[in-house]
Amino acid sequence: MSQKRRDVWITGIGIISSLGEGMEPHRAALNDTSGRGPVLDRDALAPYPYHPMCEVDLSAQIPRRGDQRQMEPWQRYGVYAAGMALENAGVKDNADLLATMDMVVAAGGGERDISVDEAVMTKLAEGASLGDRAILEQLNGDLRPTLFLAQLPNLLAGNISIVHGVTGTSRTFMGEEACGADAARIGHARIAAGQSEICLVGGSFNAARPDMLLVLAFAEAALRGEWKPVWEREANPGAVFGSMGAFLVMESPEHAKARGARPLAKLTGIEADRCARKPGEAGEIAHRQWQALSPSTEGKPLAILSGASGAGAATAEERAFLTSICDVRPDTAVRATGTMLGHGMEPQFLLNLALAALTVSDGNIFPPRDATGLEKPLSGEVRHAIVTGWGHWRGEAMALVEAV
Amino acid sequence: MSSTYTDSQGRPLIAVTGAGMVTSLGAGKAENWASLTAGKSGIHRITRFPVEGLRTTIGGTIDFVEVEPLTVPDLSEKLAAMTGEEALQQSGLEIGDFPGPLFMAIPPIEVEWPQRTELARATNVRPVTYPAILDIANRYPQHHARFMFGGIAERTAERFGTKGAPISLTTACASGATAIQLGVEAIRRGETEAALVIASDASMTSESMIRFSLLSALSTQNEKPEGASRPFSKNRDGFVMAEGAAALVLESAEHAHRRGAKILGYIAGVGERADGFHRTRSNPDGKAIIAAMNLALADSGVSPDDIDYINAHGTGTPENDKMESLGVSTVFGERIREIPISSNKSMIGHTLTAAGAIEAVISLLTIEHQCVPPTINYNEPDPTIELDVVPFKARQHRVRHILSNSFGFGGQNACVVLSAEPA
Repeated sequence: MSQKRRDVWITGIGIISSLGEGMEPHRAALNDTSGRGPVLDRDALAPYPYHPMCEVDLSAQIPRRGDQRQMEPWQRYGVYAAGMALENAGVKDNADLLATMDMVVAAGGGERDISVDEAVMTKLAEGASLGDRAILEQLNGDLRPTLFLAQLPNLLAGNISIVHGVTGTSRTFMGEEACGADAARIGHARIAAGQSEICLVGGSFNAARPDMLLVLAFAEAALRGEWKPVWEREANPGAVFGSMGAFLVMESPEHAKARGARPLAKLTGIEADRCARKPGEAGEIAHRQWQALSPSTEGKPLAILSGASGAGAATAEERAFLTSICDVRPDTAVRATGTMLGHGMEPQFLLNLALAALTVSDGNIFPPRDATGLEKPLSGEVRHAIVTGWGHWRGEAMALVEAV
Repeated sequence: MSSTYTDSQGRPLIAVTGAGMVTSLGAGKAENWASLTAGKSGIHRITRFPVEGLRTTIGGTIDFVEVEPLTVPDLSEKLAAMTGEEALQQSGLEIGDFPGPLFMAIPPIEVEWPQRTELARATNVRPVTYPAILDIANRYPQHHARFMFGGIAERTAERFGTKGAPISLTTACASGATAIQLGVEAIRRGETEAALVIASDASMTSESMIRFSLLSALSTQNEKPEGASRPFSKNRDGFVMAEGAAALVLESAEHAHRRGAKILGYIAGVGERADGFHRTRSNPDGKAIIAAMNLALADSGVSPDDIDYINAHGTGTPENDKMESLGVSTVFGERIREIPISSNKSMIGHTLTAAGAIEAVISLLTIEHQCVPPTINYNEPDPTIELDVVPFKARQHRVRHILSNSFGFGGQNACVVLSAEPA
């Protein structure tokens, strides 16, 4: 039973967000010191600001218009980012390899037809009842069959199979931020244990969605009003959604070497857990995860890419944890990527894994954007990065990414 | 470690020590098994919501379980709890301190019409807009946890005291099989000695029925609900949507033996292959479903010659049954004529997310009772499908190894081999 554990390499990255597509625009925007700031749309969903997706030529990764039409934006972003990751890994045109490649996708809900919802809600507010024939007929007439397929979470993976030919195994995880970390954890564990050789792991999120905002608004977890960097939202807490697609190709060293591929970074380990968030519980879990992952980084410059959302309680608790780490490890640099990229729910942790790989392969961490002082500059070559994910509500996750 | 506890590939044997189920036929294995072997149908005219004007007015709603409010996550969670308790009681493990992780198949979750109605009526803005309901959403904090995708698994993990991060998953109609697969893989990796697998689906709302209707996936044989689900029949015209849940306690055989637990059967192998042909249809060459079956057989170490029964996906859609027939005929060759293959969905309808797990539990009951449940409504056999579908009546039959198939939208194909004893 004691299978030999193997290293897991990251051999491909595909990221797309408000900052652009691919690694270069992300590197440039995150390192920018001219005061450019994040890309925000403050009007479309006012009073909720969000980070809209960059302009993207879909046909570069989704050549058939028919395929594009079968998807809503969140799926297009994901299929696009997946294609970029496969290209980056050098396997995009290797049909035989893709046919047995594994896949784990972190997906949320599909997009609703906002105008149909609003029209029906208006009738319901004006006295119609849900069972009225007229209401059912309106839903019957106005809902599009393609929209249903765009709403099924597993149809992101399904579309990746169709467009890119990834058809080994295909698992879709749901569950907000936590499922992004779990997707990476399971992809990693399978390769480490020899159950898989190469695995595409990722997710995507469309921030321009009032229906998704509604779920956070129930808990006042979405930021209303003036945008501020993640750590500066104490007076007006909340997550600011960011559109994003983030995919990674994970691979065993043997498999990568056999096809002449080079690693961008090593995904050393991922820990994930849950608790009911009684006072101190999440912090205790995070400290256990830190103990499991950080010892090998002792005495070396360490980047901590935080997935903090800006939502009140979770962000405050994570901040307390990170502060306690920085107190004993002065050679650490915390960065909340949500400040520049926004909060993308399911793919947030995966995007941060990609940025961590970028950080350790570049050897330096981008500058702080935080007037509260938690984020500090860090000098020296950065070959180790920790990624954290606390979700806006549940799920504690941590990963260690290292230079190879 | 003794080889008694490992399979032919040296991996831990995966034992099932507890199982639970609920379908439109009733709660619990005993009630379901009695009905399934009597050829009874749980499909009925829908009364939960008005159906006037809908193309399909029948289904397998579970109306004997009450939750308040009645939403997909509330009822799905309740069914999961019922089946989890049944499985844990049988396994003898303590409820509330499960020694391993939770793998949970759940339907997609979103805010539903009753809650949208509540919001629409609470705002004074006309016409009602999303910005208007967003402004008053904070009056309903309870809906946040309710409609989180991870909410059902979060509460289920809390209830059963499972360890680590629970996984909520969906692979459409293969979800139940995928949940089993993830549990098997975790135990084989040595991460845990036990895994709780639950698949639950209570997603029958007027809108979800409309959505499937728009894809022309549902049977419209509304006049005689119990006769509408007709897998492998010439006059099959779609699946019948239904609700249900199932739970399985998976353990390494060594763990089960050590604590003296009774073993109901083994998950001998799992296999999976995605299909990139089309969003809702299999590639006509059947390669992916054939590969999924062959991979499951190879993983289990069970030869195709030793499969005694196939628990079919058998949805009753023209497409599925044709492709599944092609698939099993290819994998088993001439021998397929001698292997009974039946569809539980003829009686309980298609429980979507839960189907793979429910059918795994039924497969374990098939092993326990050495009796194959029938395919009912087989009045007009499809002459192009030459299978022994065990029509109408349950059949006593020697069953050691079962292949259970699950295929879903999005090109999802997952198969499970269940065995009475290790191969």
